[in-house]
Amino acid sequence: MGMTTAQKIFAAHLVDEPFAGTKVLNIDVVMCHEITTPIAIADLMARGKDRVFDAGKIKAVIDHVTPSKDSKTATQAKMLRDWARRHQIKDFFDVGANGVCHALFPEKGFIRPGNTVIMGDSHTCTHGAFGAFAAGVGTTDLEVGILKGVCAFREPKTIRVNLNGTLPKGVYAKDAILRVIGHLGVNGATDRVIEFAGPVVAAMSMESRMTLCNMAIEAGGTSGICMPDMVTVEYLWPFIAEAFAGKEEALAAYGAWCSDADAQYEQVIDLDLSELAPLCTFGYKPDQVKNVTEMAGTVVDQVYLGSCTNGRLEDLRVAAAILKGKKIAPGVRAILSPATPQVYKDAAAEGLIEIFMDAGFCVTNPTCGACLGMSNGVLAEGEVCASTTNRNFMGRMGKGGMVHLLSPATAAASAIEGKLADPRKYL
Amino acid sequence: MKSFGGPALFLDRSDINTDEIIPAKYLTEITKEDLKPYLLEDLKLQGFDPKSEATKNAGVVVSRANFGCGSSREHAPWVFEVNGMYAVIAQSFARIFRQNMFNCGMAAIELSAEQIDQLFSFAGAADAAIRIDVEKGSLTVTGGGREESMSFEISPFDQALVLAGGWVDYADLKY
Ligand code: SF4
Repeated sequence: MGMTTAQKIFAAHLVDEPFAGTKVLNIDVVMCHEITTPIAIADLMARGKDRVFDAGKIKAVIDHVTPSKDSKTATQAKMLRDWARRHQIKDFFDVGANGVCHALFPEKGFIRPGNTVIMGDSHTCTHGAFGAFAAGVGTTDLEVGILKGVCAFREPKTIRVNLNGTLPKGVYAKDAILRVIGHLGVNGATDRVIEFAGPVVAAMSMESRMTLCNMAIEAGGTSGICMPDMVTVEYLWPFIAEAFAGKEEALAAYGAWCSDADAQYEQVIDLDLSELAPLCTFGYKPDQVKNVTEMAGTVVDQVYLGSCTNGRLEDLRVAAAILKGKKIAPGVRAILSPATPQVYKDAAAEGLIEIFMDAGFCVTNPTCGACLGMSNGVLAEGEVCASTTNRNFMGRMGKGGMVHLLSPATAAASAIEGKLADPRKYL
Repeated sequence: MKSFGGPALFLDRSDINTDEIIPAKYLTEITKEDLKPYLLEDLKLQGFDPKSEATKNAGVVVSRANFGCGSSREHAPWVFEVNGMYAVIAQSFARIFRQNMFNCGMAAIELSAEQIDQLFSFAGAADAAIRIDVEKGSLTVTGGGREESMSFEISPFDQALVLAGGWVDYADLKY
């Protein structure tokens, strides 16, 4: 019987099955940031186990609050920094080189098809875009990952979501994933992997696939997965050129991780996206989704463009094309946080940063910041934000604040109007 | 092994998320104990007051579907732990929250919708309490002069973690 990508990865990484249904896997990439890792480090030290299983397989970044905003966040940053130094973790990204983890690590070529990836961060599912099994874990799982390079999972079932048709103008990966979450519900994929396939995915860039996989967790999914193809190989080529004689050879090697044609799925969902309109969320759950036109006119106080969902160059290009030569509405404030220094640099070189600034945007350094209500754009009680992030929970971007999740294009249109707005009229 | 049980705190809503259990602004605390005052601070629920005596004295949480969805922060189980609540009973859990509970040697117990309804029928009783035997897979709820027992299943692995007191020592010994 055929296997899914997730089943193949599980089989190839199995270390132990201590009990039926529990699989302990070895982990190829253990990622760390300064919010969830310091407590793991402190606990390892308290246990007299301040070791790492393989410094080369650990990647670390200070990204959630950076540069540090107060003594407490400075202490968290210092704990991670000192630990990385102590264990000679060379892939450690500090102020100046740091960006949002799920945008930065792929950009550095750390994720390969067939990898197992864990991080103390729920949006680790993003890295499934490369045909990897990538799961968010808590601090204890992270701690064991750091110490032993293993993690235990219940083998997840796979839901295959075929995205059929073609995305219409003004509709992007963010709209597609909001549509999927609206369909599955916030726990429709709990203990499941969501495998994204179909012509829409095949036509997507790696950036767009990361946007898709990023929000798998908002449907409860353990990991999103896109199957590796030539788009994957092209993206990774600068990092793998020496390992393969040519791109075709890389494709053949990575293609082995693709789900077999006769793989068994728990569920197959077919969604035709040809008629999809720009979407946004309206409540405090990411499955509460409507067409933006139904919400048009909702006044917003802040527009936020950034995060591991939509802070990549492709996202900035889309938004800048809409904002070019325009001004944001009086009374609205708009914030851009390019997800990584490279994105920032490229956006500057292309003239995008100038477009944002001329329009009236505040451009911050790469950081999570406002996405989780920690810094750089926290909302006040009763304020409304049009945001390209991934979570609209009550209080997420600031106590008493309301968050509408939407695409970078919709964010740009909303900034111009000061209200939730359909981006298609600006294209 | 921790002992599981005590006065019950009923949270009658599905999809209670980790931001509601412990807001992100407190993730800068470096010790678990520092989280203690902030338990469920942002949870808006009719009749629920995070600062009430009933909340502070509770030993078990009972809720509906998809409990603990959202972020991976283990601060969510920790804030229960430092408040003496070592078990959460719900119709279903988000994966990471559930695993975090067991990884800390605490219990995340799933019951059917009907069983959860039965538990909620005790919500009106001021003395509602639940005793849990993780090894036997059974619990007893009492309150308002009534008593009922029910059984539940947790996976052998999760049970082993509870018995071992968590995943770190278990894994370091074994792998
Ligand atoms: S950008 Fe937001 S969702 Fe992404 S890792 Fe940072 S805090 Fe989490």
